[in-house]
Amino acid sequence: MLHLTYLIILLPLVGIAVQVLFGRRLGDPAAGAVATVFVGASFIVSVGVFFNLLTVHGAVRSFTQNLWTWIPVGGMQIHAGLYVDPLSMTMVLFVTGISALIHLYSIGYMKGDRDYPKFFLYLNLFVASMLILVLGNNLLVTYVGWEGVGTCSYLLVAFWFTRETAAAAGKKAFIYNRIGDAGFIAAAFLTFDKVGSLDYSVIFANVGKIGTANITAICLLLMVGVAAKSAQIPLFPWLADAMEGPTPVSALIHAATMVTAGVYLLCRVNPLLHASPDAAWIVALIGAATAFVAATIACAQNDIKKVLAYSTVSQLGYMVLAIGAGAYEAAIFLMVAHAFFKGLLFLGSGSVIHGLHDEQDLKRMGNLRVYMPITFVTFGIGWLAIAGVPPLSGFWAKGDVLDNAWAAHPALWVVGIFTALLTAYYMSRLSGLAFFGQDRWKNKVAIDADADMPDAHHADGPIPEPHESKWVMTLPLIVLAVLAAAGGVMAFATPHLSLARWVDPVFSGSLYNDHETTSTIWKLSTLDAVVAVIGVFIGLRLWITRADRPKLEWAFLRHSWYFNEIFDAIIGRPGARLAEFSSTVIEDKVIDGAVDGTGALVRRTGMALRRVQTGYVRNYALWIVVGIVALFGFMLTRTWWA
Amino acid sequence: MTGATSALNGNISGEWYLALAAVLFAIGAFGLLIRRNVLVMFMCVELMLNAANLTFVTFANMLHDIGGQVLVFFVLVVAAAEVVVGLGIVVAIFRRRANATADDFHLMKG
Repeated sequence: MLHLTYLIILLPLVGIAVQVLFGRRLGDPAAGAVATVFVGASFIVSVGVFFNLLTVHGAVRSFTQNLWTWIPVGGMQIHAGLYVDPLSMTMVLFVTGISALIHLYSIGYMKGDRDYPKFFLYLNLFVASMLILVLGNNLLVTYVGWEGVGTCSYLLVAFWFTRETAAAAGKKAFIYNRIGDAGFIAAAFLTFDKVGSLDYSVIFANVGKIGTANITAICLLLMVGVAAKSAQIPLFPWLADAMEGPTPVSALIHAATMVTAGVYLLCRVNPLLHASPDAAWIVALIGAATAFVAATIACAQNDIKKVLAYSTVSQLGYMVLAIGAGAYEAAIFLMVAHAFFKGLLFLGSGSVIHGLHDEQDLKRMGNLRVYMPITFVTFGIGWLAIAGVPPLSGFWAKGDVLDNAWAAHPALWVVGIFTALLTAYYMSRLSGLAFFGQDRWKNKVAIDADADMPDAHHADGPIPEPHESKWVMTLPLIVLAVLAAAGGVMAFATPHLSLARWVDPVFSGSLYNDHETTSTIWKLSTLDAVVAVIGVFIGLRLWITRADRPKLEWAFLRHSWYFNEIFDAIIGRPGARLAEFSSTVIEDKVIDGAVDGTGALVRRTGMALRRVQTGYVRNYALWIVVGIVALFGFMLTRTWWA
Repeated sequence: MTGATSALNGNISGEWYLALAAVLFAIGAFGLLIRRNVLVMFMCVELMLNAANLTFVTFANMLHDIGGQVLVFFVLVVAAAEVVVGLGIVVAIFRRRANATADDFHLMKG
């Protein structure tokens, strides 16, 4: 079935064609069902390819499918080729699987939307782009998917574009991603210059010829792309604004597609990263800083989706930290586990928002466990999983990352473990506010009416009684809850079937914690569990009893460390001033001046020269004679000139 | 005594003819510049053309090249045509206004 790999991408593409041609006629909810079927079929093909890949033996289980020669220009032969190996297979499985669940969920969530078929068109396009990105066997094919997910995030974040804030958030996502794309394409140019090919296999075979300085440059340029796509410092603010999109989009961006692309790319180019310890260190530091900063921000947000958004940024920081530390397997493990529990959390929050009639303010929720039992139980599993409470998947995945951080440098581990404490705390704060405590949605006005949430639709009166969502929305929750709870088995099934052993051959580096003693790992793991439980305890203790604790929500954190304001001050406003300068000085004075000046010059010259045209024949005759005399004079004396 | 001069009548050499042609041309050109009367200006033009003709003929004789004499016929034809057109214009102008000095026609003044 390996040769059917192309179907994995083709099926969502066919889905797009169907939506374009028949979407309007299919309408609500048939269009959504059709889209879901195509992505689901893609998942089934992926599973088939996966089992086939298991039967391939060799150093690296891999399969390359060359579809056609895409760009044949002299020495540059770029193939539209697909590459299946344990790494891309893992990505494909969870991208298609979770996307299918999110499609199913969207059928219910988007019910009654004005552009219902268009939404599913974009979703299919998003999945197809992500699959191209993951399956490409060279940098350029990956780049096509890279741009594709960027475009789709723009389209979907700004899906409700009639809202000013949504349109702005879409543009913001797009512009931040453009910065990253520039880094990616520059890295591709540099690679081609040094290697003469963009195929991963050729690049990795020639790592030795590139030179360490060039490898570092390539890795750091790629890191620019990764920072934009996977929301790392300093390019992460777009991800929080991306919450303007419909909640299934948030789930899709945060769990399956888009933000995992950067982490995947770093894993893909691991031979390069392995050859440049400097770049790896910078990657690790960026990851650690991002994990910590985003976690602190998440502690003070009041919008349920913003909390989850910053928690995604923080978890991505963990993944990047793991990659920098050389523990690619740990990064992949956390990525898969995160896809389960973050998809679950977002869909759960969507269920809450839906149940509360589009209320997103945590301070207006409360005691929802009574009204939305399925959402509560499933969301609760996601919450405890991300907090790192054993034996849920988050504990194992995060534990792996922290062990490797410890092995790389204890300072990285300290940041990591503190971030883990914060993670447990802010997720418990969220759960405490939403599912426990008073029924605050009955209140006449919001407690925090001046909230910095332009996207929340503040209803003035009390919100009608919350209701549990329909099966199309709860079924994905249940499936994801099971996965989030049981995801830990990937860490230690039989030795040759665990995720680490499965993706191991792809990576040139090895797990650091292979070198750690068993007792160290036991101590670190116990500490992880204790920290998680302490965080959960503090969070619940503080936020169930009272929903209003301004002392714990510093303005500094609520405004995301003023990152937006800083960018505005150093880029936005100078940019606006430059534009103003261009408009008033360069445009009005220089460009218009040059145009007007040319005209005036011709006019003045004409005014001066018109005196020559006297109209008297004798004048003209005189000039002719003068000319003839001059000409004769020249010809007679020409021997002197030469 | 050169062969070239022997073909001419008497002992007058070719240089004299050329000098005469130059003087005639200069008189014609000068007259064209200083006179206002259109008819006189035409006559000056004729003078210049014929000075050129004289030069052609002289050189044809001196260099034993019949081409110079042939060219004279072309010049005569062009001169005749030019005079026809020119006098036509002059007559047309006389019909519209009392006098016809060249300075009256400066409609093309810039």
